[in-house]
Amino acid sequence: MPEIKVTPLGAGQDVGRSCILVSIGGKNIMLDCGMHMGYNDDRRFPDFSYVTQNGRLTDFLDCVIISHFHLDHCGALPYMSEMVGYDGPIYMTHPTKAICPILLEDFRKITVDKKGETNFFTSQMIKDCMKKVVPLNLHQTVQVDDELEIKAYYAGHVLGAAMVQIKVGSESVVYTGDYNMTPDRHLGAAWIDKCRPDILISESTYATTIRDSKRCRERDFLKKVHESIERGGKVLIPVFALGRAQELCILLETFWERMNLKAPIYFSTGLTEKANHYYKLFITWTNQKIRKTFVQRNMFEFKHIKAFDRSYADNPGPMVVFATPGMLHAGQSLQIFKKWAGNEKNMVIMPGYCVQGTIGHKILNGQRKLEMEGRATLDVKLQVEYMSFSAHADAKGIMQLIRMAEPRNMLLVHGEAAKMEFLKGKIEQEFNCYMPANGETAMVTTNPSVPVDMSLNLLKREMALGGPLPDPKKPRTMHGTLIMKENSLKLVSSEQALKELGLNEHQLRFTCRVQLQDPHSDPDTLHRVYTHLKSVLKGYTIQHLPDGTVMVESIVIKVSSSAEDVNAKVLLLSWSYQVQQSPTYLFFRRFRPRFGIFFGNV
Amino acid sequence: MAAHLKKRVYEEFSKVVQIPHEEAQAKKLRLSKPSKSAALHVDLCKATNSTDALQYLLQFARKPVEVESVEGVIRILLEHYYKETDNSVRLKIASLLGLLSKTNGFSPDCIVDDAINTLGNEKSHQVLAQLLDTLLVIGSQLPESPAVRLRLIEVACKHLSDTYFGVRNKCLQLLGCLGLVDAPLTKDSNGPSSSSGGARDVQSIISNYFADQDPRVRTAAIKAMVGHSGPQILVPILAERITQGLISVFQLQLHDRGMKIHQIIYDQACRLLSDDYEQVRSAAVQMVWVLSQLYPESIVPIPSSNEEIRLVDDAFGKISHMVSDGSWMVRVQAAKTLGSMLQVSSHFLEQTLDKKLMSDLRRKRTAHERAKELFVSGEFSSGRKWADDAPKEKLDSNTVNLIASGACGAFVHGLEDEMFEVRIAAVEALCQLARSSPSFAEKCLDFLVDMFNDEIEEVRLQSIHVLREISTHITLREDQLDTVLAVLEDSSRDIREALHELLCYTNVSTKECIQLALLELLKNLNKYPTDRNSVWKCLKFLGSRHPALVLPLVPELLSTHPYFDTPEPDMDDPAYIAVLVLVFNAAKSCPTMPALFSDHTFRHYAYLRDSLSHLVPPLRLPGRKQVYSLDSVDSSCGSSSVESAQLFLQQSLNRVSSIQNLETAGDQDLLNFTIRDLQRLGELQTELAGAADFCATYLRCQLLLMKALQEKLWNVAVPLYLQQNVTATAAAQQILEETYKLEFLYSGLESRQVATIHHVRLQAKALQLILTARTRQGLDLLISSCEKFLQEVESFQRLFLSELPHLQDSFVDKLLELMPRLVSCKPAELVKILQTTLRQSGLLQLRLPEQIHRATATIVEPTGESDNPLKFTSGLVVALDIDATLEHLHDPQNSVKVQVSARLPENLSFSKTSFESSFFNRFRLQVLYPDGQSHVIHPKPGDFRKPGPNRHRLITQVYLSHTAWT
Repeated sequence: MPEIKVTPLGAGQDVGRSCILVSIGGKNIMLDCGMHMGYNDDRRFPDFSYVTQNGRLTDFLDCVIISHFHLDHCGALPYMSEMVGYDGPIYMTHPTKAICPILLEDFRKITVDKKGETNFFTSQMIKDCMKKVVPLNLHQTVQVDDELEIKAYYAGHVLGAAMVQIKVGSESVVYTGDYNMTPDRHLGAAWIDKCRPDILISESTYATTIRDSKRCRERDFLKKVHESIERGGKVLIPVFALGRAQELCILLETFWERMNLKAPIYFSTGLTEKANHYYKLFITWTNQKIRKTFVQRNMFEFKHIKAFDRSYADNPGPMVVFATPGMLHAGQSLQIFKKWAGNEKNMVIMPGYCVQGTIGHKILNGQRKLEMEGRATLDVKLQVEYMSFSAHADAKGIMQLIRMAEPRNMLLVHGEAAKMEFLKGKIEQEFNCYMPANGETAMVTTNPSVPVDMSLNLLKREMALGGPLPDPKKPRTMHGTLIMKENSLKLVSSEQALKELGLNEHQLRFTCRVQLQDPHSDPDTLHRVYTHLKSVLKGYTIQHLPDGTVMVESIVIKVSSSAEDVNAKVLLLSWSYQVQQSPTYLFFRRFRPRFGIFFGNV
Repeated sequence: MAAHLKKRVYEEFSKVVQIPHEEAQAKKLRLSKPSKSAALHVDLCKATNSTDALQYLLQFARKPVEVESVEGVIRILLEHYYKETDNSVRLKIASLLGLLSKTNGFSPDCIVDDAINTLGNEKSHQVLAQLLDTLLVIGSQLPESPAVRLRLIEVACKHLSDTYFGVRNKCLQLLGCLGLVDAPLTKDSNGPSSSSGGARDVQSIISNYFADQDPRVRTAAIKAMVGHSGPQILVPILAERITQGLISVFQLQLHDRGMKIHQIIYDQACRLLSDDYEQVRSAAVQMVWVLSQLYPESIVPIPSSNEEIRLVDDAFGKISHMVSDGSWMVRVQAAKTLGSMLQVSSHFLEQTLDKKLMSDLRRKRTAHERAKELFVSGEFSSGRKWADDAPKEKLDSNTVNLIASGACGAFVHGLEDEMFEVRIAAVEALCQLARSSPSFAEKCLDFLVDMFNDEIEEVRLQSIHVLREISTHITLREDQLDTVLAVLEDSSRDIREALHELLCYTNVSTKECIQLALLELLKNLNKYPTDRNSVWKCLKFLGSRHPALVLPLVPELLSTHPYFDTPEPDMDDPAYIAVLVLVFNAAKSCPTMPALFSDHTFRHYAYLRDSLSHLVPPLRLPGRKQVYSLDSVDSSCGSSSVESAQLFLQQSLNRVSSIQNLETAGDQDLLNFTIRDLQRLGELQTELAGAADFCATYLRCQLLLMKALQEKLWNVAVPLYLQQNVTATAAAQQILEETYKLEFLYSGLESRQVATIHHVRLQAKALQLILTARTRQGLDLLISSCEKFLQEVESFQRLFLSELPHLQDSFVDKLLELMPRLVSCKPAELVKILQTTLRQSGLLQLRLPEQIHRATATIVEPTGESDNPLKFTSGLVVALDIDATLEHLHDPQNSVKVQVSARLPENLSFSKTSFESSFFNRFRLQVLYPDGQSHVIHPKPGDFRKPGPNRHRLITQVYLSHTAWT
């Protein structure tokens, strides 16, 4: 039995460092190649030595597929391709290809320039790595080689995020990457067709959560910002540069437009501007509203949102500022926070997850006095709000995707083990579900269907038998000869098979002798048998042939008298082995006893 | 003027002559017709190859064929059909056969056999499908012959096993359209198969094809079963069917025709909901819906448990599930369908709004289960609080069912959908369901309010409208009102006005709510001064709805102080007026309130009552003279006064009807007084203004007619003719005008009234004819006007045939009796007869219809007497904003005329113009320039908004441009 093997090198019962190896139909595929945010040592990158102890990966991998541009899904890519060594194709969607190098470069700068690490990939390596990338379009089937094909589906989550279907012959695996089943202000919902993969590898970040309606969250967010602005306060929204930030920008931008508000909105510059440029370009990847209205106005050309300058933080009057990074642990957002924390009219809105130990985490847990470096303390008087705008599918969303794709097996990655366990329990009510840890291998045996060429004549002939139409729901047996020749399978009729193979046809007949006493001559006996059968078996073709035989359908009846006893006649019945299967067989079984009775009475 | 009249007369005259001329031409055409089939025959024979033949057929198809020659043409086509070898030509012939069978007046029963025969040796699948289509047409043309239908059904059954999907599709369609409607009636007694011999159970045949391998065939099978109409169309049909029993409507499919689908199909239908193809799923949703409407109360088992629920609930759950389907077409269909499932039980309904309830609510819940649910809801994050999804207690995961979640959160999903089409459908469905279930209305309030924040304006607007429609069921809490009011700052005028309209109908619970609403409305007024009228109106309703809540706020609102005099506010401040409107309307039903007013408030009341009488109600103020005694009597009497007024109206009409002949002066006086009474009544009782006005105008017409026919006028000497003619002509002219107004300015007229109006008009025309005869302008003219008159009488007879019995003894009745004589006699004689009939005929009694309203239009913008005229430079364009409210108009898109006339001021400078506008019914927007030039402008359909029943609002821009006036 063929098997599909799935081994997570990262993201197995964990969030971060997504990297999953799949071998299917003799092909090896790497899905995502991310880094881990939480580590600064070797654990940062997936352990590629699992694939090969030393030497290049090219011989062991057929292709690498990147689902989206977040660093925990693509951060290790230059390391893998340039430092470990991989020359095969890397597949990603167009927006991912465009935005990914920006983020990688930023990541490199922070690690090398700020933290002073050595032995890290260089800008040139990023460039070389990107040269190996083959861009994908949505719903486009790409042939990696003769047997392996991949196809991308829309995943929501961030611009350009994709789910990938990997197919070898009739075996297939779908990898979701990160996805979102509820549309937001700038992206649509994930969608997949009923592709019925053997395994669906799904993220499970929110495996135990069912989120409330998105609308109330949006409304709350807008209301809080609006109230604060009306009071004359300043609002700080710490964000990561890409993804949610764009959604919040659009949300505020349209709200400002609708409500005719005048207070300025600022966005701290940096890589955002570059990325925003790509958001403007990849309109086809956004949601219905933006796609439909971009002819009049591109929603990403913000009217109210301007670039932020350090000096603006001290300006009087209300304002809204988006600043990086998202967890208030460093950089501009922290600086602004320090400036504004003292005024209770101001507000900070945390739109996402905060890692333990960051200032974001502290203030969310209600800490009102913060210790800053240099023993200074900071009184936090401003309002602290939390609004979850996370773009992962919740438990219901995951189930919805399962229903859409109808997989045979399920495999969970990218989530906490405890939460996965819960979802696994749910799914296992319906079908198998796996959740391998890093380095563990999940194996799924498949039962692939083998396509066979069938000759048209045979097909037509077999279709004519039986019911009026082929019913796809009911399998039907048929007669034919399977010829396996030079790696190809062919189903032909037996006559043709004989002809092709140059063999003679042999006939197999069953015969049976019935002895009976009859004083008449042979022809007379035969005639009597004939007339009797004629009267008994109505609806069957019965022929008296001139060569002294009687044919009932295809059964031949002959009479011969034995040499010893003239009265003792031997009735010879002969039928071919096909008769056993045909309707005549039924006749035969039903009427053979009667022969005996009949002849016994004669 | 005279020359102009003459010209018109000639125009009309020449028209009259033209008609017989045209008829003659038509006859000529008919003579040449029989050759058509022959021509076709020749054409087809001439055709050497199939392309030519196809060309001929295509040309032939463009021309209509008369009834007489249809059969001949069909024979020729059939003959050619057998000879033809090319598939495309045969296909075209087959389609032509269908087309020809549809010819009005042609009965295709003579070609049924031939058409069926052609099927026999047809090899091409496409042609076969087309032939079956033709048979479908033939079959639906012959609804009365069961033999033909039986044959056709047999043919369809035979071809059902074709390998080409198109043929199977057509067969199913044929079965659906022609399957026996009578079968279900005999179903109870032994089934249709035994009673009608060869007839098989059409339903089971069709349902076999629910599992066809081709999705198109599956769709066709479902459609054949349930028809094409969606829930919106079907609801009234179904309701009707329940009351009247089964009605067979032809051209519809099985279900639509009244054939009751068996319940057995339900399981199959549910399975089809998970089909791979969207069109199948979409059709299946429809079928499940139909079944749920047919058998709402039957009980179905829940798989994997031994419990049972009502079918309609089960169907509701299944369709709810489809709201999260992969295809948005299906989602729209499912969301729409949900709205029409009103019989669903309330706890299923409420599940649709609750996503968190994960446990399978299909089973009866025990208290134990409910307790578990609390943990469940604790487990799931709302996303509003930090770390609120941290696991609290280990819960038994078996209680949570993620997969078969039934109706859970269907609307939550629908309202969050990516496609706005789905969202709108969900909002509409919510509305429909909420209207029939107050508790559900309460629950869906929060969700609708959330939709005010949608990214698409259409959705926002729709949800505001929906909230208004269900607002009778709900009372807004403070926090809800707060979110509703936040939308008042929206920059879109439509949204704001819809919200004002919504606030007019909402109930609020506390005085803080009133204060909040007032504050927000004043803010709105400040930000968008153009909303003035709308805001005032909104406050008017808010005040009159919540007098008790306004009372404690009055001192604060009017800023009065117990000891000190406060400065008098500015009377022209719109915000102050807004506050006063609120207070005065509340005071209307709260007699203690005026005691809190300060002196200037009373003065302001008097001023506002005069200037904004539609916003400020009459108040009974202490220590004041009852200036508006009449009004206050009116208002105090309430609804009983309407009844008494109605009685009065009826009595006046009865009194008038006693007038038999029109001679005596007393009768004229009576009419005069009645008219006066009615006019006053209309002013006093706004509810009856339309009816009173209508009657008064009608009676005035009668009076005018009566005066014009005074005996003594007609017996005067010849020299006095002239003067007498002038008055009579004027009267006739006026009556004509009035009758047009009567006919078109009022809504709610029944054909009876229209007939009466036309009758008066006819009388006026007769009068005109008599006058023409007396002026002796020339015989030709007289003859033509006589003919015209006779034609009008005929057309009257044609139009109001059903009303004629009610017109006993009237002018028309007598005329129609004399009609044979009138047609043959000479004009002079005709005039004489007319004169006597006219004078002998009595007054036709007017019966009042139930509801009659006068169409009115109020122009809000531009105001008539603007001090600053609009200026525009010649050759350039200027836009003039028009904002008007139209009431009681049937079809405003087609029936409004705005007349904007540009007037030159005295000094004749070219760039200065001022505007005045007025409305006339049944016309268009017209711009009149000072030089007499006029432009007619059609307002766009999008410029009309419908804020309420019988009310329309036109907000549009008129572009003016003109070259220099020299």
